Amino acid sequence: MWIIPLTVVLPLLGAAALAVAGSITPRRWGDAVALLMAALCCGFCLYLCRASAGHELTYWFGGWRPRHFPTTGLVPTHLQAIGIAFDVDPIGAALAALGSLLVCAAVLFGWSYFDSVGVQFQVLLLAFLAATCGFCLTGDLFNLFVFFELMSVSAFALCGYKVEEKGPLQGAMNFAVTNTAGAVFILTGIALIYARTGALNMAQVGAQLRANLAVQPRPGALVLAAFALIACGFAVKAAVVPFHFWLADAHAVAPTPICILFSGVMVELGLYGIVRVYWSCFADALTPERQRLRSLLLGAAVLTALLGALMAWLQSHLKRLLAFSTISHMGLMLMGVALLTPRGLAATALYVLGHGAVKGSLFLGAGIVLHRLRGVDVARLHGRGRPLVWTGAVFALGGLALAGLPPFATATGDDQLSHALNQLHLGGLWLVSLIAAAVTGGAVLRSYLRLFWGFGKPSPAAAHQEKEEPETKPGRIPAVMFAPYAGLLLLGIALTFWPGLPEGALHAAQQFTSSASYRTQLLRQSPPLPQPLSTPGPQEPWRGVLSAGLALALATLSVRFSSLRGRDWGRPFHRLHSGHVGDYVSWLVLGVGVFAGLLLWLPH
Amino acid sequence: MLNIFCYSIAAWVLLIGLYGVVTSRNLIHLVLCLSVMETSTYVLLTLIGYRVGGTAPVFADIPVGTKAVDPVVQALMLTDVVVEATVMALLLALAVQAHKRTGSLDPHDLRALQG
Repeated sequence: MWIIPLTVVLPLLGAAALAVAGSITPRRWGDAVALLMAALCCGFCLYLCRASAGHELTYWFGGWRPRHFPTTGLVPTHLQAIGIAFDVDPIGAALAALGSLLVCAAVLFGWSYFDSVGVQFQVLLLAFLAATCGFCLTGDLFNLFVFFELMSVSAFALCGYKVEEKGPLQGAMNFAVTNTAGAVFILTGIALIYARTGALNMAQVGAQLRANLAVQPRPGALVLAAFALIACGFAVKAAVVPFHFWLADAHAVAPTPICILFSGVMVELGLYGIVRVYWSCFADALTPERQRLRSLLLGAAVLTALLGALMAWLQSHLKRLLAFSTISHMGLMLMGVALLTPRGLAATALYVLGHGAVKGSLFLGAGIVLHRLRGVDVARLHGRGRPLVWTGAVFALGGLALAGLPPFATATGDDQLSHALNQLHLGGLWLVSLIAAAVTGGAVLRSYLRLFWGFGKPSPAAAHQEKEEPETKPGRIPAVMFAPYAGLLLLGIALTFWPGLPEGALHAAQQFTSSASYRTQLLRQSPPLPQPLSTPGPQEPWRGVLSAGLALALATLSVRFSSLRGRDWGRPFHRLHSGHVGDYVSWLVLGVGVFAGLLLWLPH
Repeated sequence: MLNIFCYSIAAWVLLIGLYGVVTSRNLIHLVLCLSVMETSTYVLLTLIGYRVGGTAPVFADIPVGTKAVDPVVQALMLTDVVVEATVMALLLALAVQAHKRTGSLDPHDLRALQG
C-alpha cells in the first residue's frame, strides 16, 4: 500500500519546499500548496478509511517485516516485529481525514483573514498535518510519541504565532510547558513498558503482555504504572480535568484558524492516544482491572463535562467560552471511551466527527466577529453585531447544534452514547451529557442574543463604548471566509445523512477493540474468533430536542436575569484558572498522583 | 539493591525537575527545570538498556553472541534528545520575547489571561 506513507511524506515535502522557496514566491502560492497537500491527505485518508474496513492495512518501512527469532526468550513460535510499521484502521484514518479537512478549512479561512502572514504559518500547518496523520496511522509506540511531539511543537508555535503580544506569549508558554511535562510522563511510561516486554510495536507489546498473564494472572504494579503514566500524559493533551487548564489559555490567544484545529482534532488526538494504547497494548493485561479503570475514567469524564460546562457558562470572551465548551464536550467523548466497549467507542467516534464540524464552524464565526468588530468580548461588543445578520444566523444554528439538536451530527453521537451507557446499565449518566450539552449550547446562544441582537442590559464598559466611533471594518465579508464557516456547519448536517455512518462507526469500533484480530493481521498469530457485527441503536430525536430546548431556555433566562451569568458566584472558579503555569503543573502532578494511586491501590 | 538505587535516581531527577517547574519565578529557570525533568527519561532509558558486563552495541568487529547493552533504547534516547532540543529552543525563544515585551522574566508578570 504505497498510499499509507504518502499521508505523512507529502505534507512534510510541501513544508520543506515552502520553507526553502516560500520567501521568494508570492504569498498565495504558500496558501495554494498547503491547501493542495491538505486536500490530497484528506482524500488519501478517506480512501484508507474505506479500504481498511474489516482488516487493518500495514506498511512496514524499509521492508523490515516481522521475522522468527528462535533464540530469543520472547513469545515462542510467533513472529517478532522489529521494524516500524504504519497500521491503518478505519477509526485512525477517519480521524486523520477530519484533521486534513480542518486544515483545509483553516487555510481557506486564513486566505483573507490575515492581513500579513509569513510563509512559516503554512509550513507549521503542514508539519502539524503530517504529525496528525502519522500519529493516527502509526503502529509503533515510540513512533507514536515522536509524532505526538512533532504535532505538539508545531501547535505551540502556531499558538504563539502573534508573539509580539502579551496574551499569545502567556498562552503558548502555558500550553508548551504543561504539554511537555505530559510528554515526559508518556515517554516514561513507554520506557517502562519496553523494559517489561522488550518491544515497541504495539501488537507485539500486546502479545507479550498477554503471554505474561500466564505467569502472573493480575497485572503487576509496573504495568499499571506504565499505563497510568501514558494515559495521564495523553489526558493532558485531551484536556481532561484536572489537566485542562492550558486549553482555554491556548484557544483564547491562538489565531482563529488554528483554534479550529486545536478544538476540532488536536484535543481528540489525545483521547485517540489513550484509546489506541489501551486497546492495542493493554486491553488483555488490564482485563482484571477493567471495572476499576472504567469507574476512574467515568469519574474523570463526568468531572470534565460538568466543570467545562460551568466555566463556559461563566465566560463572556467568545473564544474562551468555546474553548471551555470543548473541554465539556471532551468529557462526553471520554465518557464514551471510558465504557471500554465497542459501542462506547463508536459513539465517541461519531461525536468527534460531529463536534469537529460544529465547533470548527463556531470558532470561525468568532473569527469573523473578531475580524469585523475588532474584539470577541461579548460584554464589550454588546449589540454591535447587528449588521452581521448571516454570520449571526449561522452562529445561532451552531449553538443549537452544540446543544445536540437533530439533524446535526452531534445528536447522532449523543444518541449512540446513551445506548452505550444503557448497555452497561449506566443510563443515568446520560443526564450529565444533557446538562453539558444544554449549558454549553445555552452559553453560545446567550452570546448570540447579546452580541447580534443587543438583548439584555449592556455592561457599563459597552455603554461607554457606544459613545465612541464604532470601529467596524467596512465592506462585505469575503466569500472565502464565509464559505468554510457555513460549509463546516453544513458538513455537521451532512454527516447525519451519510448513509451507513453509524453502522460503519460501530463496525470500525468492533474492529478497533478486537486486539486479537489486530495481532493476527500483524504477527500471524492464531486466527481470531469471527465476531457478529452489531447494529447501532435507533435514533431518538427527543433527546436532542430536549437539550436544545433547555439551552434556549437557559439563554433567554440569563439574558433577562443578568445575575444568572455568574459575575458574583463564579469568582472562585475564575480564580481557580489562575493563568499561572506553576499552578497548572501542580494540578497535573496531583492528577497523575491520584489516578495512578487509585489505579494501583483502590480496593476491589 | 543497586538496581533500585539506580532507578530511584531517575525518579528523583523527575521530581526535582517538577518541583522547579512548579515553584519557578523565572522563565529561563522554568524552561531549564523542564529540561531537567526530561533528563530523567534519559537516565531511565539508559538504565533499562544496561546489561551487566555488556559492551557497547557496535557489532562491526566483535564475535557473534557477545553480550552488549541494548541499542534500541540508545536510539530512543537520541531521538528524544532531538525532540527535546526543539521544544527547549521554542520555549527559550518565547522567554526572550516575554522579556522584550514585559521587561521581566517572572511568569507572574505575564498576566494577560485569567479565569
